[in-house]
Amino acid sequence: MELNELTIHELLDRLRAGETSSAEITASVFGRIDAVEKEVHAYITLMRETALAEAEAADERIRKGEMGALTGIPIALKDIFCTKGVRTTCGSRILENFVPPYDATVVTKLRAAGAVFTGKTNMDEFAMGSSTENSFFGATRNPWDRDRIPGGSSGGSAAAVAADECIAALGSDTGGSIRQPAALCGVVGLKPTYGRISRFGLVAFASSLDQIGPFTKDVEDCAILMNVLAGYDPRESTSVPEEVPDYRRFLSQGIESWKVGIPKEYFIAGIDPEVEAAVRRAIRVVEGAGAKCIEVSLPHTEYCLAVYYIVAPAEASSNLARYDGVKYGFRSGEGRDLLEMYKKTRAAGFGAEVKRRIMIGTYALSSGYYDAYYKKASQVRGLIKRDFDEAFTKCDVILTPTTPTPAFRIGEKTDDPMQMYLSDILTISTNLAGIPGISVPCGFTAAGLPVGVQFLAGHFQEGRLLQFASAYEKHAQIEKRRPTL
Amino acid sequence: MEFEPVIGLEIHAQLLTDAKIFCGCSAKFGAAPNTHTCPVCLGMPGVLPVLNRKVVEFMLRMALATNCRINPECSFARKNYFYPDLPKGYQISQYAAPPAEHGWVEVEIHGGKKRIGITRIHMEEDAGKLMHDERNPVSMVDLNRTGVPLIEIVSEPDIRSAEEAAAYLRRLHETLVYLGICDGNMEEGSFRCDANVSLRPRGTEPFGTRAELKNMNSFRNVQRALEYEIKRQQYVLEGGGEVVQETRLWDDTAGVTQSMRGKEEAHDYRYFPDPDLVPVVIDDAWIEEVRKTLPELPLEKRERFVRDYQLSAYDAGVLTTSRALADYYEEVVKLSGQPKIAANWVMGDILRFLNEDKKDIRECPIAPSSLAGMIRLIQEGAISGKMAKEVVEAMYKTGKTPQAIIEEQGLVQITDEEALAKTIAEVIGKNPVQVEQYRAGREKVFGFFVGQAMKATQGKANPQLINDLLKKMLAPDT
Repeated sequence: MELNELTIHELLDRLRAGETSSAEITASVFGRIDAVEKEVHAYITLMRETALAEAEAADERIRKGEMGALTGIPIALKDIFCTKGVRTTCGSRILENFVPPYDATVVTKLRAAGAVFTGKTNMDEFAMGSSTENSFFGATRNPWDRDRIPGGSSGGSAAAVAADECIAALGSDTGGSIRQPAALCGVVGLKPTYGRISRFGLVAFASSLDQIGPFTKDVEDCAILMNVLAGYDPRESTSVPEEVPDYRRFLSQGIESWKVGIPKEYFIAGIDPEVEAAVRRAIRVVEGAGAKCIEVSLPHTEYCLAVYYIVAPAEASSNLARYDGVKYGFRSGEGRDLLEMYKKTRAAGFGAEVKRRIMIGTYALSSGYYDAYYKKASQVRGLIKRDFDEAFTKCDVILTPTTPTPAFRIGEKTDDPMQMYLSDILTISTNLAGIPGISVPCGFTAAGLPVGVQFLAGHFQEGRLLQFASAYEKHAQIEKRRPTL
Repeated sequence: MEFEPVIGLEIHAQLLTDAKIFCGCSAKFGAAPNTHTCPVCLGMPGVLPVLNRKVVEFMLRMALATNCRINPECSFARKNYFYPDLPKGYQISQYAAPPAEHGWVEVEIHGGKKRIGITRIHMEEDAGKLMHDERNPVSMVDLNRTGVPLIEIVSEPDIRSAEEAAAYLRRLHETLVYLGICDGNMEEGSFRCDANVSLRPRGTEPFGTRAELKNMNSFRNVQRALEYEIKRQQYVLEGGGEVVQETRLWDDTAGVTQSMRGKEEAHDYRYFPDPDLVPVVIDDAWIEEVRKTLPELPLEKRERFVRDYQLSAYDAGVLTTSRALADYYEEVVKLSGQPKIAANWVMGDILRFLNEDKKDIRECPIAPSSLAGMIRLIQEGAISGKMAKEVVEAMYKTGKTPQAIIEEQGLVQITDEEALAKTIAEVIGKNPVQVEQYRAGREKVFGFFVGQAMKATQGKANPQLINDLLKKMLAPDT
């Protein structure tokens, strides 16, 4: 196996043993990028030079015995995280040349842990989308079938991990933007509890829903990254001062006599039969590991999509007001006065989906409509959260499919926003409730497309969630395949 | 028909915290453009606000000083609108859940007292400043002020005249300054006032259509603008017309209000709870902690001055116009033991000197201890009141103690009875004609002798002593 195909924990073992160097690993990753990036287009910006320098520095530290939690490991960042001195586009023309003067908290943390940054990955513009087709920089392709989408909005990060163009990656998840592409690309993706990882420096889409999380090749790597990323940040008011356990400690433990809730509302009409079959197999796997599956009900599930498409666009319409051409980013040279400058800048700077959501959100917050839309949606959101609270009195974790279908074809849903929105139907509720969720590979379709199973747990139960996911991973023994590129 | 004005005021007061409301940048006024900024107050992508708790404390001081009810929990909302001085495209303010409500202040009007209700007080961030190049079609943005904390104080529509509005405004202004939470500078915009004005037929309940007045940057302008607007609306109504709901700008030079935007063009601010901030919990312990830091407020101080120092209401009012002046006065009283005489000196000479130099009491070169020392010297008869006038002027000019000045200028009053008796004997000896007149019963001539005696002593003699000696020495039996 090539170095770039290994996991974080495998590479850390080799680095510790002196069997390889970060420089070799990083060179191997960039070798792979050179070979396949043309086909995949996972990255918007590559950080080759700084990565190689960081690798050298990492090797120096390893020689001195100063090994951190991620020293020398090449990691990709979704282009939604501010990186000091490196342009951060958020997949948008309006930030095409924006270079932040500061690092996001997660970037600072990864840097402090010794990570090597490979580059900034492609995404749907401002994280609005489920296919990475809404990027100003062109679509990313699914490494398993380049005619298909990798999912989104963190499609670049998912594809980069699946194609071994990095060892692990960071994404952000507002309605499924980590878990859905993780499922469609056959990797592990975790969305932690809202407040668990600092959002400072994450370009905001919908502030009350956005959460950062890792893409990894296995569950153990996910726990390693969570150990670095989780924790209170005084720069973020919604960050929670909850103690961070050592997530790796949960991995070797079993799940015997755990209760697993199967929500009947999640095995809906329209779910792909091959996806359903793979998830049913996953249920048998966890039962085989000693867990007990019970049916639970999340009665307000049918309102999730509607609530999400009020709350998220409403917050986005306000969050994206700062892109006005005045201070940074793209500005249209035309326009005779201020108002015209605003209009032309935003008309040319934003793509169609972003504009659609800004309009939906502006409408939902307008005087006379606020009560009927935003306020009502916030109330229903409370009910959705309560559904989960009640369900978790009966079970330890909830198991659902991550996506209704495997990866769809590029262009298949671009003309039908509603069809596109439906691809997040199984992941959105998690964000509305603020609970953690993880997608783990659970098999392949006959056509060789990956399928993911989603596990959910109560607030701040990432440890238990990782324990369950690692037990599933161990017992399922999903065939190790690599995409042919 | 007789109309009655109904007025409500909205006050914005900039708070004197060291740091801005949602980031660590300095909130001080007057720095070079865009030097008090960071990614947070510049509204860069991905940044997040964190509330400065000092702002809550300052807000609480005003809320307690104006008898507001403090809500145990309040939250922040976004007020959305586009303008180049607003880098995020929204202002973080408070909307549905304000921290303080249902307060009041008392104002004195035509010798009586009137209570004006305060609807609410809330916290928010200030916007930046635009600077327009007068020669080129260029505007520049200074974001130093962006994120400087403000409190907004909204009154009930309890005000019935421009005069009442001015009295209310003064009361809030002096309270804010007394509390040490706002410098109260209207010209620099740290204390701003907007007004809602409508008229209704006297004796009726329903409010008329209101106009909102903006751009009044002094107490005088607020009063003038309201007087004008009341007359304007009266004219419209008496002519059978209707007042239009609109925002009007006060034009200081023209002395009129002019329509800025109508109801149709009014912004829809699309307020919604700011998801980046958590609710602020204000418990009783915090309220009590802040209450303990409250200074004596102007009204209480005024009443105490009248009661304890036997001052007139007017004098007490003058001496409490600022906390610094009141402190100065009280220090002089403490060191001299003479509240009334101290009041006369502070309100008379001291304030006159300061006004002439446009100086604040904090810049007064005469230390309270020096002024008290001088008052003691008068009381002891060491100097005359007339001499004291010169002494205090010299003290103001040089900053020296009264003793030093008296010595330098040889101003010591002659209190040596023997020496003075000798001088007076000489005066009597030189003016036999007047002595005769006095002894013949022409009392007026006594004044002539006082004058001559003062002249002979170059004004240094204790006048009381001169009087006594003259009376004794001019008596017919000597």
